[in-house]
Amino acid sequence: MREPGYRTRRDFLKRCVTGSAALYAAGKVPLLAATEPASAAKSRVVIGRDPQLRGMGATVDANRILSLLDRTMQGLFNLDHPAEPWKKLVRPGEKVALKVNALGGKGLSTNVALVEAICERLQEAGIKANDIVVWDRDTDELEHVGFHAGSSGARVQCFGTDRVGFEDDLVTYGSVGSRLSKILTQRCDVLINVPVLKDHDGAGVTIALKNMYGVIHNPNKYHPNGCDPFIADVNMLPEIRQKMRLTICDATTASYEGGPGFKPEYSWKNNALLISQDPVALDYTGWQIIERKRAEKGLKTLAADGRLPRYIATAADGQHRLGTNDPRRIAVVEI
Amino acid sequence: MTKLITTGTFLPCFCTIALLGTLLASAGCNRARRTNAQEFPASNEVAGWTKVSEVRVFEAADLWRYIDGEAERYLKFGVMRVKTADYRFQNKVETTVDIYIMKDADGAAKVFESEPRGDARQIQLGDAARMSSQSLVFCKGPYLTRMVAFQDSAEVPQALLALAGNIEHRLKK
Repeated sequence: MREPGYRTRRDFLKRCVTGSAALYAAGKVPLLAATEPASAAKSRVVIGRDPQLRGMGATVDANRILSLLDRTMQGLFNLDHPAEPWKKLVRPGEKVALKVNALGGKGLSTNVALVEAICERLQEAGIKANDIVVWDRDTDELEHVGFHAGSSGARVQCFGTDRVGFEDDLVTYGSVGSRLSKILTQRCDVLINVPVLKDHDGAGVTIALKNMYGVIHNPNKYHPNGCDPFIADVNMLPEIRQKMRLTICDATTASYEGGPGFKPEYSWKNNALLISQDPVALDYTGWQIIERKRAEKGLKTLAADGRLPRYIATAADGQHRLGTNDPRRIAVVEI
Repeated sequence: MTKLITTGTFLPCFCTIALLGTLLASAGCNRARRTNAQEFPASNEVAGWTKVSEVRVFEAADLWRYIDGEAERYLKFGVMRVKTADYRFQNKVETTVDIYIMKDADGAAKVFESEPRGDARQIQLGDAARMSSQSLVFCKGPYLTRMVAFQDSAEVPQALLALAGNIEHRLKK
């Protein structure tokens, strides 16, 4: 939806930079330090869409997803050249970890072409290929959905936590106590979250915040009560909170029912990306997209179905302040 | 005085320790086991279908590793394990077959009924079955079988039916 009162996208974007993005662009500080007050500026969620993303076929076209990624990133950072947003995000010498989601199997996992596009832009920003790791919890799962596992040589690394294990020590926040993947703790200065847009049997939706369940050793403990407050508490663990810089949600194929596994009868080719530096705002926006699809298909709301995504409000509350779920403080820009 | 371990006692001790170590290591890994399961047809046993993976088994306690939060629903209705394998139809349509083994037929029926039907059509297979253009699910006794094709084409529904029919015959109530 377009914000009213602006003649051009550039005009709007100039006036609508979130406090968090401005902070980050100016000083390259961690996105949401625990002691910072909440910004009064709006959190921006940019939705890039390409109806021709798959060309004449069913698979995502590599060139088109790169172009879509560029437009959406440029939209978020208000920059004109594809390489520039990435230079705002990362510094040469940093190790960057891309946390994908391979749980949904071939039909509903982070798209390999999208990840390749991200890796290309990171390298152009000065990150060495072997300082980039594409990861999830299990190497077999990654390979099953089309990633090529490898952890040696001068190329982008790709493997699961099963190859390196979890830290020995438990870290705690609120109701969670977990061991963290050594990929996060030892192989990563910057975390880029690359989840998928899906509904979820328990939590209601699983998008940016719940993708961090793949970082801990015991996510099975944190599914009761619609995963609330567990999702929010997991995202408060310091290594996650301090390293997370960006969420690029793969909404090229999304699900509105039957998730988190792939049910083709309840999935649709959305051909979009959602990008934000506010994971709560992104999850809130993704939730609304799923609700609109459910309404279009004649399904009841997630709340009426007994799975309101309560964790989103928890993540935004005074104790967590991981971002905002207030639509008045979210600027959704469609490109 | 500390009793020294003699050769006579060393070997049994070593074997016990080795066995314990193996058990602990496998518990720590906690990954799917691989097995040859008779529920799954071999390649070309059903025309056009090739089996392209081993059969993996996830026990109830580890089901979350395979299907994340969806595991809660299956656990509620008494799942014991799931066996899963990948197939390919005419080398172009990739399909995953999941066979959930529930504690009884009632559990399988409850899982089947707990899922929305959407646009799926009812078909005659097992105790109850429905399918849509890329998926088929049926229950028979304590088994709930789900087949998902990752590509869509005009041949897929009939191909899924043929594969499902073969599997259904193999499942003993």
